[in-house]
Amino acid sequence: MNPYWAVLRRDLALALRRKNEVLTAVFFFVVVASLFPLGIGPEMGTLRLIAPGILWVGALLASMLALGRLFAADHQDGSLEQMVLSSASLPGLVAVKILAHWLLSGLPLVLLAPVLALQFDLSAEAIGVLMATLLLGTPLLSLIGSVGAALTLGVRGADVLLSLLVLPLYIPALVFGAGAVQAQTAGLGASAHLSILLAMLLVAALFTPWACAVALRIALE
Amino acid sequence: MTLHFKFWFRFASPQAFYALAGRLWPGLAVLATLLGLWGLWLGLCVAPTDFQQGQAYRIIFVHVPASWMSMVIYMAMAFWALLGLTFNTRLSGMMTQALAPTGALFAFLSLWTGALWGKPMWGAWWVWDARLTSELILFFLYLGFIGLTAAIDDPRRADKAGGLLALVGAINVPIIYFSVRWWNTLHQGASVSMTQGSSMAQTMLTAMLLMALSFWFYAIAVALYRVRTLILVRERNTHWVGELLKTEELSQ
Amino acid sequence: MLCVSELSCSRGDRRLFSGVNLTLSQGHCVHIEGDNGVGKTSLLRIVSGLSPAAGGQVAWAGEPIQASEAYRAARMYLGHALALKEDLSALENLQFDAAIAGRPLSVLDASAALVQLGLRGREHLPVRVLSQGQKRRAALARLLASRAALWILDEPLVALDLPAQTQVCQFLQTHLDAGGMALVTSHQPLQVSGAHCSKYRLQA
Repeated sequence: MNPYWAVLRRDLALALRRKNEVLTAVFFFVVVASLFPLGIGPEMGTLRLIAPGILWVGALLASMLALGRLFAADHQDGSLEQMVLSSASLPGLVAVKILAHWLLSGLPLVLLAPVLALQFDLSAEAIGVLMATLLLGTPLLSLIGSVGAALTLGVRGADVLLSLLVLPLYIPALVFGAGAVQAQTAGLGASAHLSILLAMLLVAALFTPWACAVALRIALE
Repeated sequence: MTLHFKFWFRFASPQAFYALAGRLWPGLAVLATLLGLWGLWLGLCVAPTDFQQGQAYRIIFVHVPASWMSMVIYMAMAFWALLGLTFNTRLSGMMTQALAPTGALFAFLSLWTGALWGKPMWGAWWVWDARLTSELILFFLYLGFIGLTAAIDDPRRADKAGGLLALVGAINVPIIYFSVRWWNTLHQGASVSMTQGSSMAQTMLTAMLLMALSFWFYAIAVALYRVRTLILVRERNTHWVGELLKTEELSQ
Repeated sequence: MLCVSELSCSRGDRRLFSGVNLTLSQGHCVHIEGDNGVGKTSLLRIVSGLSPAAGGQVAWAGEPIQASEAYRAARMYLGHALALKEDLSALENLQFDAAIAGRPLSVLDASAALVQLGLRGREHLPVRVLSQGQKRRAALARLLASRAALWILDEPLVALDLPAQTQVCQFLQTHLDAGGMALVTSHQPLQVSGAHCSKYRLQA
C-alpha cells in the first residue's frame, strides 16, 4: 500500500468513526441557508434573486468551519511530525489529506445544494450550474484554506484568525461561483465563469499543496 | 558585481542595518514633511476647483496617494518576505513586520477618505466600487498579517509564517482585483472616477505626485524607525546591543 | 555516519545551548543527559530535521541533513507525542506508520510486533482505551517494524514498567549489534553494554 493511499484510507476511516465532526459542516450549511429567508422575508422574487449568493456564502462558511479539522488533530498527537519526517513527498501527502477532507466536508455540500436550492425556487438549469460551481469551487476553497489552516496550527485564537486570513483569498471563488449561477438565470450562460473556476482550481491544485507543505514545516519548527 | 553584492550584504546584519537606518530616517522624515506640505498647498490652495465636483474633490489628494502607498507597501512586504524565506535572513522578517502597520494605516486612510468623498458625491458613505472594495480586501489582508504575526510567540516562526502569508496574499491580489472588477461591472455598480474630463489639470497631477512621494518617504522613515526598535528587542541578548544600551545610559 | 558540529539552539530569544559536538558511527549509541529544560528535546528535534539550528550543522554521511535524501529513509524519530490515532487500533496505527515509511506491513507481522511488546489481545482495541504504558508500548512497536539505521528516541522509557524497560533496552541492543545507531534521551539508565553506549551531558 503506498503512503498516499494509506493516508487517504486512514483519514476516511477516522472520520467515519467520528461522524458528528463531519456532519457539523453539513448542518451549518443547512442552517445558514434556512436562516436567510427568515431574516429577509418570504417574497419569492427576492429569494430567487439572492439564492446563488446565499447558497455560495453558506457553502463557503461551512467549508471554512471544517478547515479546523484538517491538520489540528494530527498536529496534537504527533502524527503530523511523522508525516513531515517520512520519505514520502510532503506536498503529496498534503494533497491527499485535502482530498479526504473535501470528500467529507465539501462533496456533501455539493450533493445537498440542490435540496436547499429548491427552498429558493431556482430553476433546474440554475441548480445544475450551482452544483457545477460548487463541485469546482469547494475543492478550490479546501485547497486555499489548507494554507491558512497550516499557518495557524497551534496558534492562540486559531479559529478566528483562520477566518480573517482565508476570507479575502476566498473572494474570487465566491464571485465567479455565485456569478455563474446569476449569469445562468439572466440567460447569459455560465461557461466563462465555469472556465475561470476550473482554471483557478487547476492552478490551486498545482501550487497550494506545496505552499501548504512549507507552512507545515514552519509550524513544526 | 561581486563588490556591489558584498556591499549590500553587509547590511543584512541587524547591527549594520541599525546604524544605517538611524542615519537615514531623520532625513527622510524631513523630506516627507516638506513634500507633504508642498503637495497639500498645491492641492488645497492652488489647484483649480473641479467643474462638477466643487471643492469636495480635493480629498483625492490624500485618497489616491494613500491607495497607491497601501499597494506599494504590500508589494514591498512581499519582496522582503521572498528574500527572507529564500535566504533565511532575520532582518527581512523584521522589515516585513515593520512595514505592515504603515501599510494598514494607508489602507484605512484610503477607505476613510473614499467614504468622505463618496458622501457628497453619491449621497452614500460607502459604494461598492471595484477599487474601494479591493482596498477593503487589501485592508483585511494587512489585518490578517498583523494578526498572525502577533499571535505566534516565537519570533522566527512568526517571521516565516507571516512571510509566507504575505507572499500568498501578494500573488492573490491581482486575482482578487480582477474578480472584484468583474463582479462590479457585471452588476453595473457605481464607478468612482477621479475627474470627468479626459485630462487632469497639471497642478492636480503635480500635487498628487508630491503627496505620493511624501507618503512614500514617510512610510520608509517610519518603517526604518520601527525596524530599529524591532532589532533592539530581538537582538537584546547580543553583545553589541548591550554595549549600545550601556553607552546610552552613560550619556544620560 | 552522523556528525553534529558546533550545534546551537535558540527558543524564542533564549539561547538554550551552543557548541554541541557529537559523532555517531555504526553500532554506537549516545545517551543524552541533562537537567529539565536544558534543551534535550530541542537537540533531538534539530538532529531529526524538524527544527532548524541557530548555528552549526548536522551531517549524515558527509551531507548536511537538509540536502540529504538518504537521511529521510535512514532516520526514525519517536518524540514525546506518541503519534497514535486514538480512534484507530494499535494494529491499524502500526500498519499506517509502516505504509508512511514506505515499508508496508502485513497484519501478521504487525500483530507479531505488538505481541512481542506485550499487547497480545489488545491489538484490535482502539488506542484510547489503553493505559499510558500500553500506549507507549504500541508506539514503540515501530522500533521492531522499522529498518531505519538511526533511532532518535526522546524519553522512550517513560510510563513503562520494569520488564518493558528491559525489553526496550534489549531491542536497542539488538539494533546496535546489527550496526544501527541511536540517539536517546532518558532520565532512566539505559541497560546497554558499555562498549556500545557513551553518555553526553548537555549543559546550558
